[in-house]
Amino acid sequence: MYQIDDLTKTYRQGKRVVRALKNVSLTIGDGELVAVQGPTGGGKSTLLQMLGGLDRPTSGTVKLDGADLAGMNDTQLTAARADTIGFVFQTFNLIPTLTALENVETALVPSKIARQTRTARAVAALESVGLRDRGDHLPGELSGGQQQRVAIARALVKNPKVLLADEPTGNLDEETRDEIVDLMVGLWKDQGLTIVLVTHDSVVAARTPRRLRIAKGTVKDLTAA
Amino acid sequence: MFFTYLRRELRNRRKQTVVVAIGLAVAIALVIVVNAISTGVKDAQSEVLESVYGVGTDITVTQPAEGPGEGGGPGRFDFGAEDGEASEDGTRNLAQDRLSTAMGSTSFDATALETVAGLDHVSGVAATLDLQNMSFTGEMPDPSEGPVTMEMGPDGSGEGSSGGSSFEIDQFTVTGVDPDAAAVGPLTTAEVADGRTLEAGDKNVAVLDATYAAQQELAVGDEITVGGKDLEIVGTVSSTTGDGVATASDAYLPLATAQSLADLADQVTDVYVQVDSADNVDAVAAAIESELPDASVSTQSDLAEGVTGSLSTASNLIGTLGTWLSVIVLAAAFGLAILFTVSGVNRRTRELGTLKAIGWSKGRVVGQVAGESVVQGLIGGAVGLALGALAVWAVNLAGITLSGASGGGFTMGGPSGQAPPDGATVQGDAAPGGGAFGDRSDALAGAAGNAVDIVLQAPVSLWIVLAAVGLAVLGGLLAGVVGGQRAARLRPAEALRSLA
Repeated sequence: MYQIDDLTKTYRQGKRVVRALKNVSLTIGDGELVAVQGPTGGGKSTLLQMLGGLDRPTSGTVKLDGADLAGMNDTQLTAARADTIGFVFQTFNLIPTLTALENVETALVPSKIARQTRTARAVAALESVGLRDRGDHLPGELSGGQQQRVAIARALVKNPKVLLADEPTGNLDEETRDEIVDLMVGLWKDQGLTIVLVTHDSVVAARTPRRLRIAKGTVKDLTAA
Repeated sequence: MFFTYLRRELRNRRKQTVVVAIGLAVAIALVIVVNAISTGVKDAQSEVLESVYGVGTDITVTQPAEGPGEGGGPGRFDFGAEDGEASEDGTRNLAQDRLSTAMGSTSFDATALETVAGLDHVSGVAATLDLQNMSFTGEMPDPSEGPVTMEMGPDGSGEGSSGGSSFEIDQFTVTGVDPDAAAVGPLTTAEVADGRTLEAGDKNVAVLDATYAAQQELAVGDEITVGGKDLEIVGTVSSTTGDGVATASDAYLPLATAQSLADLADQVTDVYVQVDSADNVDAVAAAIESELPDASVSTQSDLAEGVTGSLSTASNLIGTLGTWLSVIVLAAAFGLAILFTVSGVNRRTRELGTLKAIGWSKGRVVGQVAGESVVQGLIGGAVGLALGALAVWAVNLAGITLSGASGGGFTMGGPSGQAPPDGATVQGDAAPGGGAFGDRSDALAGAAGNAVDIVLQAPVSLWIVLAAVGLAVLGGLLAGVVGGQRAARLRPAEALRSLA
């Protein structure tokens, strides 16, 4: 799925140059469930940005199914995000003025499919996360766990190749956290989805078969034999 | 999705939407009202001008009086000792008519007419001779019995110190017009009230202003004495401007008759010029000025400046204050719209970043933000249109009366501009030993200027409606562009920041 070679990303913070990722090379296979752990500021989020095509590396390549995200222009990156990559965020990031169903539909807007098909697919996606009856609720009327389920439905409705999750349980209590992790592990098992999960929660990381640790811009595979 | 999202966003920040829309609405309404009133005032001005100069006149040519003594005007009546018929008690019955150019104007050679007619772009010319007729009838005591002294008080009233005199001074304005050149000139705003108007070949006949005729109890078939000659009244005319509005002159004579009666052969006082296109007016005016260096050339816009009274005040007020107020309020409304849109984008950084992260293109995100602003502008435009229409309707309903006077170069004394147009007659009904000259200044102002009361009608044109809505949309678009640019620069990675 992902083939990362010699990936470096530097930021400029005022006069200081921050090297968030240093010469990272990494392979993530199809259908893998990978947890990325590490201290704050170690480069977890930067790696996720590179994987998701949200930002371009300073040097190196990030190949997603053979296509180098580092060499794409804005339009190509936007298309890649719209078609192949699903995002789940720590703060859910639902549009507060749209209902749960409409939020799920926003992910299908770029693909310009017919409205009826779009709605039908969104309803199915909500059903797959167990929220079919909450479609007409606004995010503010849902619990944190329910909001994250809607966000997962939004990420999955377009049938992406990969799901990238940035601390998806960071804002949830333990019980809800377990529900969400159960859901994601279930999706991984049932649908063979490739999932990269950034988390600093070792309980969550323990549920995944492969764990990476990023600190000071370098990656270490904790599960490598 | 576009409209659903847009509608929800606007409804969600209802207060901002209302504030921005109201700001734009007030600005739009102001633009409409100012424009409508300004158009109304202009219409009123041209109505005043038309009542004096006739329809279709683009330029008038006159010759200013060269000095205080040079102008015409009601001069003196000179009576010799042998004038009139002496009655047995020695008083003499006197009657004298004086016909001369109106005060403040000078006659000039009629060849000017051909000179002007020969210029390029001139599509019509007509000349008139503006005159003033003063007649004196009455009896005076035998001058041999003692000197007659008249003392004029500060208010213009007169008193004869020597008893036995009784007289009447009658004054009216006379215009000699060329019946052949009916397309231009003062008679174009007049319509026949009774009888007929002047025709080619007419001689020694007169047409009276209907208002003046009614006042003097004269009718078609009667005679009027002009310059000592009795002329048959063949018709009366009234103004097309409105009921009760006097036409430019009290009496109209064929030009040749007027010239011979006033002893001003081949002389005229005014030349009315029609130009083929409004674009050529200034060029023609300049050409006339160079051909006739002594003449005073006035275009319609010069004449509009000569309109006095509350009309002129309204025109100035609308012209400066109204326009600036519109510009300032419009700028403030635009600024408000931009400010709110930008702050809205800043607040929605994570939301818009998320949309980019899940695959919304830059254009779609910008379009969403700009669309919200444009719809705000449209709401503002619609409300402003309604508000403006309501205000204009109220103005029209209020029936604001503007009074305007356009003088023949001067106004004199009295509450000028408010002098009734029918006050063209001086009647001194002097008892023996006393001559009243009151109201003289008023009457002269009325005779020379032409005051017209016009109810302000502020029209709203389709053009201004479109322009106003366009302005509102422009305000929304401007805010949308500024806000959208900000949204376009947003990095999708903003979505990953856990703190907004």
